[in-house]
Amino acid sequence: MIRYAYIIPLLPLASFFINIAVGKRLPRKGDWLSLATILAGLVMSIGIFLEVFGAYDPNFKYHVVTPWLAVGDRFTLNVGVLVDNITAVMLLVVTGVSTLVHLFSIGYMHGDPRYNRFFAYLSIFSFSMLGLVLSESFFFIYVFWELVGLSSYLLIGFWFEKKSAADACKKAFIANRVGDFGFLIGTLIIFATCGVLGYDQVFESIGAGKLSGTLLTIAGIGIFCGAIGKSAQFPLHVWLPDAMEGPTPVSALIHAATMVAAGVYLVGRVYPIFTPDAFLFIAYIGFITLFIAATIALTQNDIKKVLAYSTISQLGFMIMGLGVGGFTAGLAHLTTHAAFKACLFLGSGSIIHAVHSQDLREMGALRKKMPITFVTFLIATLAIAGVPGFSGFFSKDMILAAALEFGMRNPQHYILFFGALFTAGMTAFYMFRLVIMAFFGKPKDHHKYDHAHESPPNMWVPLVVLAILSFSFWFKSPFVEKGWFQTLITKPATVANIAKAPAAPASMEHAAVMAPAHAEPSAAAETPPSTGPVSHGESQEGAPHGEPAGAAAHAGAAEHDAHIAHAAHAYAMYSSVTVGALGIFLAFVVYSFGWIDPARVANSVKPLYDFLLNKWYFDELYDKTVIGGSISFAKFLAWFDLHVVDGLVNLAAQLGVFVSFLVGKFDDYVVDGAVNGVASATIGGGSVLRRLQTGKLYHYVFVLAGGALVIFLIKAF
Amino acid sequence: MTLDKLLIIAAALFCCGLYTVMTRRSAVAVLMGVELILNATNINFVAFSFFLSRVMGGQIFAVFVIVLAAAEAAVALAIFLRMFATTGTVEVDVADEMKG
Repeated sequence: MIRYAYIIPLLPLASFFINIAVGKRLPRKGDWLSLATILAGLVMSIGIFLEVFGAYDPNFKYHVVTPWLAVGDRFTLNVGVLVDNITAVMLLVVTGVSTLVHLFSIGYMHGDPRYNRFFAYLSIFSFSMLGLVLSESFFFIYVFWELVGLSSYLLIGFWFEKKSAADACKKAFIANRVGDFGFLIGTLIIFATCGVLGYDQVFESIGAGKLSGTLLTIAGIGIFCGAIGKSAQFPLHVWLPDAMEGPTPVSALIHAATMVAAGVYLVGRVYPIFTPDAFLFIAYIGFITLFIAATIALTQNDIKKVLAYSTISQLGFMIMGLGVGGFTAGLAHLTTHAAFKACLFLGSGSIIHAVHSQDLREMGALRKKMPITFVTFLIATLAIAGVPGFSGFFSKDMILAAALEFGMRNPQHYILFFGALFTAGMTAFYMFRLVIMAFFGKPKDHHKYDHAHESPPNMWVPLVVLAILSFSFWFKSPFVEKGWFQTLITKPATVANIAKAPAAPASMEHAAVMAPAHAEPSAAAETPPSTGPVSHGESQEGAPHGEPAGAAAHAGAAEHDAHIAHAAHAYAMYSSVTVGALGIFLAFVVYSFGWIDPARVANSVKPLYDFLLNKWYFDELYDKTVIGGSISFAKFLAWFDLHVVDGLVNLAAQLGVFVSFLVGKFDDYVVDGAVNGVASATIGGGSVLRRLQTGKLYHYVFVLAGGALVIFLIKAF
Repeated sequence: MTLDKLLIIAAALFCCGLYTVMTRRSAVAVLMGVELILNATNINFVAFSFFLSRVMGGQIFAVFVIVLAAAEAAVALAIFLRMFATTGTVEVDVADEMKG
């Protein structure tokens, strides 16, 4: 099955071409074709996953390449497929969510005038996303990266008659382009120094020291810029909330589960090349994002806006998790988040479908009208809030543990853990605020309440499937120390270090059991303590190589590592459960029991409330600075063009006319004069000389004799 | 008899021929002047050959000149006949159509 992995993305591509060309004339406008191709992809992905799972090897890797384009004999561009454990999981996530979204869309988009085009767009999105997941080189991931951006643009702007949707898709595309530019620069730095583009080749040549130091940090940050754009990280997060103008299934597919996860996947994929400085940058970007987005989500009243900001916040968690060294944690959160956030978005789609409104203040008491939607939504909410037993707990806990561990090693970065912990509490609060406002209490708008109804089965079946996937036993049984996810998805060895040293195998075993995700004990030996103030899972007191007590010190350091990891895990678990419970409790206190009036609270901290309600004024700030600046600059350029450039051109033209006039005169008088002068001189000379030709024979003879006499005289004397 | 005297006689003859060519208007007279010049040349050839050379080159050259002069006279007289037929005269002044 794994040998045919390349077929998975090609199926939706075929579906795209067929649907875009003749979809309108197909029976049911071709929705079955898109659904069938992605379903086939899902089946194949399950097959691949079972094969990979059957191998149960953390280092499993299926990698085929074939030359595609040879540039001279110095460089060959390869096309190929790379399937390892991360890819297998991502394939399952993408095809799974995509299939359910296809199914949901059949109900949600029913009767839309461009129904077939919607499914064609879904197909090309699936193609791009699957291609991105399967690609094995920086070149092809960039190609598919841009294709994903394009399909996102098409889908956000699907209802382009609405000005807000048309604006949103442009905003998304431009914000993505900004990030992609960084990605391009990072890729080009790598290509310029290493000369190769395949992941393995790049890792190998960086490991060989072809690219290191500050330039490697810059390359890593550049590539991470791509993730900032796609995964809606600060400061490019502004496009994601606006992207909710697209149809709700699109929000679920692209802006919750898959496309925004592409950035996280990218960071995970090129994880070995990041330097400690780049990791610190990544961690702080993720941290800023998760905090800002969560605070904004507290105040929003549009159901999809709340979910959008919660998505940004969760993506911030993933990015921060990766940044602090929790490789498994970040990717686990990606996977679990895909399921429960898709469930939340599709659930909100179901609500919007029923109520015809997105405003939370017009909902209420919907649990009686829409029981299935309510239960699935509640399960997904419990998952995102990090309640034990649900998938969000499993992954968020790992991220918090990684952040705490990082803080324990580098006390100056403790804020990452406490900020994230506080944000986890906020997450629980705003998600339960959403649930309570939508499903509990009394109906606020009776007209809308009376019209509300449960959605048809093809809409609630995906909800149920996704809700079932939001339980944590899928990823880790409560009775074992370590689930399959933690076993299979392990942090790859970094290649960004300069020195290589033999790892201590015994201590590695020990540490790996205790702290699979967080500790990379061989790194302790690899990194000299002088690399910087930040250490990622490696011991600060790692002994220099060659010392007699080196092995013992390694073992001790590894034990210390394991201890820290274990402690971090326990603390993080207790504290995250506590803040989660607090957040949920507070939400009930404020919005259900009515002990605290939210309006009064909002009034008492009015400036702060307004600040959050207006999304930290990011849009206004960008409007004033970036957009306003661009427009002023464009106006200046227009002025410059009109007056200076055109002026120069006109001046040059007038100068040309003047010079031509002079040249014309010169031609008339000097050049022609010279020609005419030669002619008239010839005429004049001729009329003088003709007199010599008298025609009298004796003249000629006389001249002849005279000439002879002259010659004779000259010779004689 | 010395070379000097012969050269003086030849020069005198040449001058007579030249004078005839320059002053006479009749084409026949001019031709006769030319014959005088040719004969002056012949005297020079023979004289130089006789006094300065052991071979008979000059004498043979003189014979050639005489033959040539005969041929020339024949051609020239034919031209004069055509000229007379065209213009009715053999005056050389008349034939000045190509003057500048």
